[in-house]
Amino acid sequence: MSLLEVDRVSKQFGSLVAVREVSLAVAEGELRAIIGPNGAGKTTFFNLISGFFPPTSGAVRFDGHDITRLPVTRRVALGMARTFQITEIFPELNVYENLRIGAEVTAGYRLRPWLSRGETAEVKRRVEEILEVTRLSAKAGRLVGELAHGDQRAAEIAMALTLKPRLLLLDEPTAGMGDQETYEITRLVRRLHRDGKLTIVLIEHDMRVVFHLADRISVLDQGALLAEGTPKEIAANAAVQAAYLGKAA
Amino acid sequence: MTAAAQVEGMGSESTRRFAAMAAIWIALALAPYWMPYVGGYTALGTRVLVLGLAAMSVNFLLGFTGVLSFGHAAWFGLGAYGCGLLLKFVAHSTPLALLAGTVLGGVLGGLLGALIVRRRGVYFAMVTIAFGQVFYYIAFQWSSLTGGDDGLRPFYRAPLHFGFVTVDILQNSTAFYYFVLACFAAAVGLMGFLLRSPFGRTMVAIRENERRARFLGIPVELHIWIAFTLSCFFAAYAGALYALVNNFADPRGLHYSQSGDFVMMAVLGGMRNFWGPLLGAIVFVVLQDYISSITINWQIFIGLLFVLVVLFFPRGLLGYLQQRRRA
Repeated sequence: MSLLEVDRVSKQFGSLVAVREVSLAVAEGELRAIIGPNGAGKTTFFNLISGFFPPTSGAVRFDGHDITRLPVTRRVALGMARTFQITEIFPELNVYENLRIGAEVTAGYRLRPWLSRGETAEVKRRVEEILEVTRLSAKAGRLVGELAHGDQRAAEIAMALTLKPRLLLLDEPTAGMGDQETYEITRLVRRLHRDGKLTIVLIEHDMRVVFHLADRISVLDQGALLAEGTPKEIAANAAVQAAYLGKAA
Repeated sequence: MTAAAQVEGMGSESTRRFAAMAAIWIALALAPYWMPYVGGYTALGTRVLVLGLAAMSVNFLLGFTGVLSFGHAAWFGLGAYGCGLLLKFVAHSTPLALLAGTVLGGVLGGLLGALIVRRRGVYFAMVTIAFGQVFYYIAFQWSSLTGGDDGLRPFYRAPLHFGFVTVDILQNSTAFYYFVLACFAAAVGLMGFLLRSPFGRTMVAIRENERRARFLGIPVELHIWIAFTLSCFFAAYAGALYALVNNFADPRGLHYSQSGDFVMMAVLGGMRNFWGPLLGAIVFVVLQDYISSITINWQIFIGLLFVLVVLFFPRGLLGYLQQRRRA
């Protein structure tokens, strides 16, 4: 069964149709990449899934629930977490504190005036576990705003992981990174997918990353779904090549 | 840095923090004894505590949730009127008067706050000014109840009964200082406790990055409303104490210029800092007291100082001192 089902969603801003009747189904445990030229509507499409704004028409279903018009906090509670193209973190807090907030919210403690020793220990264990997975343990005490770009991106993914997501949405996880950082993040995403059995949808421009990671690829162009298939199928698709190279199909 | 070194670093940091805390409380506890040597007097110390608490209540919202209220004088002033009205018309009891003022300002603040938590930044600040002015004009016009422009009087703070002993806080200014210090300590302790709680951490999360906070599953509007309401209760409590300080409540305590003074104290002292607003209140009140005995244009000097601090120490006086120590 599909974990995420998107049924003919459109989003219109004034006279601009940013996303046009896009449908998509992501299976449990799948890693789906969304690619497309600049301005193809990828991030808008992400915003529709994650609840940043509602679609003009169409429906989004997550794990059987209709979440089309659900507020962000409810989607998070159902197990959906996302990162942003421009890193969204708590810059003046250290890495540990950044992760602790998500862990406490997920444990249901966000309105609590205090925690018992056991609860504090449980939160700490959870945060340390994620620091380990994301290889950030050595930087736990550093302010996130002072970390290198690649580590900030990793920290944002780590924050998403504190929510115990069933679906992780990554908006250009390697944006603005050098080769080494791109390699590290790619390895992290693969670990989460292979070892963590996490369902992941990511937007990505770096084709090496896409073809290395994705089970399936969806191609958006001018707001519409141009093609969908395995990396092999997409690489051989004439329409996709035309969209990227700007030739008539 | 290794994990062990990190822990050690945190250890010395927390020792330093503890030493600073101890120094602050000892200085406050001994204030009636050392203040005369630096030209102060006990009643001045009492005023500093009360106005400092009000500035800290503004900063609870501004410095830790990132939300600027420019109308906190409304809750402060309502606290003062609630306290005064109870003493004048209902019962001669200081604790009940404090409670009445705190509840009046806090509850009204919470109710009105619910209407505006979706507003952000300048818009939020503007609406809070408007609320404040509404209460100002009500207090100004409703002379039969509030005394109008002349203020609410007469009422006097009642002695405290502890069963075995009765303390006169009306004539004995030292006893009154310690009563206010105890009230101040209770509120500040609660504030610090809340900020170190999981809820307090969600406030800081909202200050740091509202979008990220929302996508971590925090219902941002609800949490801002709770922080706002708590802050209103603290402000109203400070206002009730202020009525006890003066044995008087007047509409100017509700006026937006009073709100501005609180924001100024917070920014002067350092709004990212828990104790910053208290330092700001000390500087503000002492300068006011000293300069206003020389010239009626004392505000020029405080304004000038404010501009200099904002230009050269954007993190406030306490923020600047801390930065220097780290460097």
